[in-house]
Amino acid sequence: MSSLALTLSDTLVLARRNLMRIPRQPDLLIAYTIQPVMFVLLFVYVFGGAIRTPGFDYVDFLMPGIIVQSIAFGGFVTALGLSEDVQKGLIDRFRSLPMSRAAVLIGRTFSDVVLNCLSLVVLFAVGFAAGFNFVDASAGEIALGILLLLLLGYAFSWVFALVGLFSSSPETANSIGFTLLFPLTFASSVFVPANTMPDGLRQFAEVNPFTTVSDAMRSLWLGTPANTDVWMAFVWCFVLTAIFASLAVARYRTVAAK
Amino acid sequence: MTDHAIVVEGLKKSYGSVEALRGVDFAARTGSVLGLLGPNGAGKTTAVRILATLLEPDAGSARVVGLDAVRDAAKLRAKIGLAGQYAAVDENLTGFENLEMVGRLYHLGRDQARIRADELLERFELTEAAKRPVKTYSGGMRRRLDLGAALVASPPVLFLDEPTTGLDPRSRLGMWETIEARTAEGTTVLLTTQYLDEADRLADQIVVIDHGSVIAEGTSDELKDRVGGERLEVELEDVGDAERAAAALAEMSYERPSLDEHTVRAPVRNRSGAIAEAVRRLDEAHVGIEDIALRRPTLDDVFISLTGHAAEESSDDAPAKVAA
Repeated sequence: MSSLALTLSDTLVLARRNLMRIPRQPDLLIAYTIQPVMFVLLFVYVFGGAIRTPGFDYVDFLMPGIIVQSIAFGGFVTALGLSEDVQKGLIDRFRSLPMSRAAVLIGRTFSDVVLNCLSLVVLFAVGFAAGFNFVDASAGEIALGILLLLLLGYAFSWVFALVGLFSSSPETANSIGFTLLFPLTFASSVFVPANTMPDGLRQFAEVNPFTTVSDAMRSLWLGTPANTDVWMAFVWCFVLTAIFASLAVARYRTVAAK
Repeated sequence: MTDHAIVVEGLKKSYGSVEALRGVDFAARTGSVLGLLGPNGAGKTTAVRILATLLEPDAGSARVVGLDAVRDAAKLRAKIGLAGQYAAVDENLTGFENLEMVGRLYHLGRDQARIRADELLERFELTEAAKRPVKTYSGGMRRRLDLGAALVASPPVLFLDEPTTGLDPRSRLGMWETIEARTAEGTTVLLTTQYLDEADRLADQIVVIDHGSVIAEGTSDELKDRVGGERLEVELEDVGDAERAAAALAEMSYERPSLDEHTVRAPVRNRSGAIAEAVRRLDEAHVGIEDIALRRPTLDDVFISLTGHAAEESSDDAPAKVAA
């Protein structure tokens, strides 16, 4: 077998391993199913009435943003899993095997894509139940939006991979991940339009990639003016993936147990 | 050189200002068991990590079956098996799934990986537990599975980093028997341990390291002789009998018996019958005995004898005594 075929085979073996643990640790499924549902219900019914989104029902404005947030956090299982593997010495075992050096990380991020697809199905179901509708969106635009979401999820899997490799335990990985990313999703147009924010925060929100991606989703699914958002969103996904994948692979080569 | 499966020369490694290895040399003959003995923090694990291609040395070289651990790392990984201090198995997978995964990562192919997993589970008496997630396994079962994972590709060289640390005495004995059965098949083994009795039982050759340097090297008999071998300890009823007791025991001992308050200590070469003979001799000399015991040398004794300081971990000698 060529080295590319070996890398692919190693990756699939490890992706399968990651997915096998999900039904055995059903609590992990909560993050992919119940948590996004809770967020949708909270924002639509608790905050929704008080939030003004001119031209849209709030649920229409919210859904693209909340899907962006949920998918970005989908990779947290990678952070948990990797920090656990480092702590338990499994990474040592993998690094001592004649296998591809990238396969452990690619296997992780691949299995996240599968879980993110599951998450998308749940989010669509709860979104439609709460009254979400596509506005002026062609099938192609809807599909492009889904592609963008999966690429975003993939990029953040690498962010979480790096977090996992730097954390001393799954608990730290969890708190580092959420402390870094949670505020970032709120200081953006994920939940509310950025133009209502005070100076300083507004400028920050405007350059925040979460704003770019959320606005791109709205332009694809709600027909808002696209400006440069759609192609910039794709650029962000590729840039984030490239940066964090190389950092994570470099870290993996030297990471030690404990 | 070719009759040595492991050759380490001038190996150095520092972490920041801490020198973990300060120029270490050792070698293991093909098919033999080399024991790397030392307290926690001596540099044992660092040496194993370098040999297992997990860590690059700052200086020196490590060669395993003729392959350089740095330059030929990718090739070397197909020739080695590593079983660690922490049983490196996936808790959420079953025993079978763990071994199958490792087999596939050694590129055995799906069918071969499954056949091999079944073989190893049977050999390590885990067949009954094969379909249970590893999180339901006991500590001893996990270690056996971990060792099984290291043997999936039948590597010619095996690294075992403290294979019994943290195990209860019974599991420890089981692990020793398992390792012995494997080494009987001609695998070259590098074993690290904090316990003299473990090195004693399993290793053909022992290298003692402390603070990143080799401080002694030899077979277990040679090392024990340097420590003083078995020691007879007699607690006297009456301190006034001390001189007579020492004289009575002098013939059994290869060193002059030493006196310390109520206790007479005499190193003896022959363990069997030593207590009976001592009691008879002391009785003939009319010496009253409060207590009498044979004490085996512990790692602490090796350390005190070789370095003048005790092994840092106070708990080190506890399991050694239990197993002795």
